[in-house]
Amino acid sequence: MSFINYSSREINCKIVYYGPGLCGKTTNLQYVYKKTNPDQKGKLISLATETERTLFFDFLPLALGDIKGFKVRFHLYTVPGQVFYAASRKLILKGVDGVVFVADSQIERMEANIESLEDLRINLAEQGYDLDKLPYTIQHNKRDLPNVAPVESMNKLLNPRNVPWFEGVAVTGPGVFETLKNVAKQVLIELKKHY
Amino acid sequence: MSGSDLIMYEEEFSKIDEELQKLYIQTNAKVVFLVDKNGQLIASAGETREIDTTSLASLTAGNIAATGGIARLLGEKEFTILFHEGENDNIHISLIGQRVILVVIFDKRSSLGLVRLRVKKSSEALVTIFNEITNKSEKEKGSDSLDESPFAEISDEDIDNLFK
Repeated sequence: MSFINYSSREINCKIVYYGPGLCGKTTNLQYVYKKTNPDQKGKLISLATETERTLFFDFLPLALGDIKGFKVRFHLYTVPGQVFYAASRKLILKGVDGVVFVADSQIERMEANIESLEDLRINLAEQGYDLDKLPYTIQHNKRDLPNVAPVESMNKLLNPRNVPWFEGVAVTGPGVFETLKNVAKQVLIELKKHY
Repeated sequence: MSGSDLIMYEEEFSKIDEELQKLYIQTNAKVVFLVDKNGQLIASAGETREIDTTSLASLTAGNIAATGGIARLLGEKEFTILFHEGENDNIHISLIGQRVILVVIFDKRSSLGLVRLRVKKSSEALVTIFNEITNKSEKEKGSDSLDESPFAEISDEDIDNLFK
């Protein structure tokens, strides 16, 4: 649910990073935070445990610039990936405008990816959304690791509709902005359709 | 998805602003602000300069969402008021018309009783304004009269420029 304010001339959109535990959702946000101009970003808020596992969500507000005199802001959220935080994950998806699914490319995490994607679909449906109709981008993360699955087989498994996808190494940056840019673009195009 | 988008026009925005200013003065609060349930800041009044209102808005919405989750687990529809007491500052959070969240931050210059009383009055006024907003966006949507829409002529180039 985007928020369009004609009075302050602002457009606010919400993008949620989803994926299995330790796939690199928070790392994506941290990289975006690190590489964005100070005047374009707010604080990166992380509600995490003592061991830096996301407990509730991470939040990063980005003000990228203007379109037709309207300030465009994206609010980036991550969900807690660990299975037992299911109730919290559901809450974060409320009012989402676009979804990034961060997949862990390591072969031994494929089952976790599938499970998380299924969980995403169910949780979206509970809020009345259909993943097939939402702006949606996939990032195959951790491509720098030695034991990764080939991208082709990952797409076959996780991306049967062939939505936009990118290879990523969130720790060092490749793919991070490509992913964000792609989903942001889809969100704005979707808004254009309706207004 | 756009069925639930919130679109704010000048006229309603100034009404909301006025209501918040009134509440701010009547409660002797430090800050008063209004957030939608998804964490977007709608309007604020008071000493906001020292406060990171964007983060506050997102966390408040998270707080309300988590409390709502607890409520449902207990078979309760919603907990409409949250109150956090600090050493110096206190925060009163209330859910209005199941749609927006009204937050009042106050210190010892005010009191919980006063805040509760005034918030209740303001809530009624705000519900009316938000009903107007909903009616208006429904109407505008059907009538194709949004010639001011920032999206009408948005181009790929505009979008690409955001990421330069």
